Amino acid sequence: MTITFDNVTLSQGDFTLTADLSVEEGHKIALLGPSGGGKSTLLSALAGFKDPDAGRILWNSDDITDIAPAKRPVTLLFQDHNLFPHLTVAQNIGLGIRPNLRLSAPEHQIIEDALGRVGLKGQGPKRPSQLSGGQQQRVAIARALLRDKPILLLDEPFAALGPALKHEMLDLVAEIVDAAKATLIMVTHQPEDALWITDQTVLVADGMAHPPKDTVELLDNPPEVLRAYLGT
Amino acid sequence: MPSLQRAVAPMTNAQNPITLFKLTTGGFALILLLILTLGTVIAVGTATTFERGLTPSDWAAIRFTLIQAITSATLSILIAVPTARALARRKFRGRQIMVSLLGAPFILPAIVAVLGIVSIWGRSGLISDGLKSIGAEPLNIYGFTGVVLAHVFFNLPLATRLILQGWLAIPSEHFRLCAQLGLSTSELNRQLERPMLRSTIPGAFLLIFLLCITSFAVALALGGGPKATTVELAIYQALRFDFDLSKAAILAMIQFYLCTVTALITLRFARPTDFALGLDHPPRRWDGTERHTRIFDATLLTAVAFFLFAPLISVILRGLPPLMSLPHQVWPALLNSLTIAIPAALIATTLATALAALITALPKRTATFVESIGFLALAASPFVIGTGLFILINPYFDPFKLALPITVAVNATMSLPFALRIILPALTRAQQNYGRLGASLGMTGFTLFRLAIWPRIKRSLGFATGLSAALSMGDLGVIALFAPPDFATLPLTMYRLMAAYKMDAAAGTALLLVATSLALFWAFDRGGRLDHHIR
Repeated sequence: MTITFDNVTLSQGDFTLTADLSVEEGHKIALLGPSGGGKSTLLSALAGFKDPDAGRILWNSDDITDIAPAKRPVTLLFQDHNLFPHLTVAQNIGLGIRPNLRLSAPEHQIIEDALGRVGLKGQGPKRPSQLSGGQQQRVAIARALLRDKPILLLDEPFAALGPALKHEMLDLVAEIVDAAKATLIMVTHQPEDALWITDQTVLVADGMAHPPKDTVELLDNPPEVLRAYLGT
Repeated sequence: MPSLQRAVAPMTNAQNPITLFKLTTGGFALILLLILTLGTVIAVGTATTFERGLTPSDWAAIRFTLIQAITSATLSILIAVPTARALARRKFRGRQIMVSLLGAPFILPAIVAVLGIVSIWGRSGLISDGLKSIGAEPLNIYGFTGVVLAHVFFNLPLATRLILQGWLAIPSEHFRLCAQLGLSTSELNRQLERPMLRSTIPGAFLLIFLLCITSFAVALALGGGPKATTVELAIYQALRFDFDLSKAAILAMIQFYLCTVTALITLRFARPTDFALGLDHPPRRWDGTERHTRIFDATLLTAVAFFLFAPLISVILRGLPPLMSLPHQVWPALLNSLTIAIPAALIATTLATALAALITALPKRTATFVESIGFLALAASPFVIGTGLFILINPYFDPFKLALPITVAVNATMSLPFALRIILPALTRAQQNYGRLGASLGMTGFTLFRLAIWPRIKRSLGFATGLSAALSMGDLGVIALFAPPDFATLPLTMYRLMAAYKMDAAAGTALLLVATSLALFWAFDRGGRLDHHIR
């Protein structure tokens, strides 16, 4: 199981990003680099929200470049707006099973179980606004859990949380990804986040996404562009 | 140049594709709008024979229209700037109420306002009584003075709100910085306020100028005669009294050119106006503490409050007693008005929603173009549309028998630009914030609309419908042209009572009209705010 960016070019205004790399299944991968470097753009392309100007995106040997976002093997957690404020917590999770919300009784039970796994037992009838920021992102994680896609993408959904809470959330994500034997790709601009749960890192800088390297090795011996970013 | 374009977000089509449904419904709305605005103009144009040329009275109408519009817009802006500044930098009891009431004239039926103005400024009004008691001549407000007075009454609040928005958009940090640097009121004015005014005033001026050109009820009630006839009023008189279709057609073409040129210039300067914008939390200010500026602000706000609220209070006081004994023709007129206002509002909102859905799905440049067409309908003159419909229908039906459907169509068209300006930003926001989430979860078509979009835009839909209903309810325009003698809406009944000098009955009818307008607005707006539980 492999995700391949085959000579992909992405442009946004004057900015261009090229990516020619593969990611193997089962890894936890950080996309590290300066803001505006194209990390989120790369995730958007993989999730189907940004059409590449050139190149193909492959899942194993299947070309998924033109597939609708919902049909791709990925779940993307956004920085915000992961939940519909007018729906209950349970309904927000239920969308992961049935996008039209016509849920059966067993499905309601599945939702309740998912809530339990993210530590929100019994919170189903509440509205998102009644939960804290961290709890809201837990709801989004519970929905990702039920969607059961082989790849989980994080576009800095925990950026607004304090360090302790952020690490707690990253641990929860790691636990869920491990249990599902899924692949994790997360955007970060903090090296310590990369070290916290990922084993490989894709450096995104200077208009290029570099092939994945071992996170610890990369940060121990940073190449020139990464040194400039880290300030070491 | 900040302009209308800002409402439309750049978005890739993967998130918000143009579906066949959006294309058909949005396209239908667009074509209907074009038929009613441009199609009627073409009908008028082909019926016009220009051999006759423009008569002196046509020139007089053009001159009067322009002069009264320039005077009204200039006065409105001149008073609005210090008023907005006072509201922006003062905190006082009743400030909130005053700001809210500044929104009221927008949905206040024009004919009601005219009645209020007459009862304060008229020959037997409050001011004239005062003048007479000291032996001076009473005022005469019919003609130029009255038209300008009424237009300032309507547009001063609008201008104040537009400029106040500009003031409140200045970040509070800037005021803090000025306070720290010890800038005086006049220095702060130069650094912060003048640049803001330079970008706000042209748009506000042109918008008011446009509204003064197309306004009809004011000209009908306070203008008239060779010296005070607007083009809009002249069209009405040509059709209604002279039965001179070619004269009406020439005037309609003139009106169309005036409005279109103004609207195109306005479009260049107009800033997006958020009708629902909260103006309630002014940033703390440290300037304007000098004694003379405080006295100036207090005097000005009192005078403006008197100018705006005295006519309204007078209508209420005068209208309450006859409310219990209204003339019998009021009740069928009320029913007619409701039969026009509710469908017109629903049609305007539906068309605006279809148009907005199409606009958000189109590529940016096309979207801007379609949005501009939606805005240009603001420049459509009800009487040009009316004349065009008259010419189109006349060979086949008796237009006077179709007074009701024609009025519904014209009123829906007139409300559409406002509805579009309310709905489009809400829809754009909903799609920006939740479009990707919906797409990633595989929500499409009706499911996407029902679960993700509708709950996010229904407040705006309710507000737009309420506003359109109130506007239609109070409109005295094209109905005056088509109504047979035995048919009337509430504003028309009121006008006929005023023309017969039955002022007390007119005031009672005015109260009923205002109450119904507000009730309609409230009911739709409230409906949109009801909490929405999806089962």
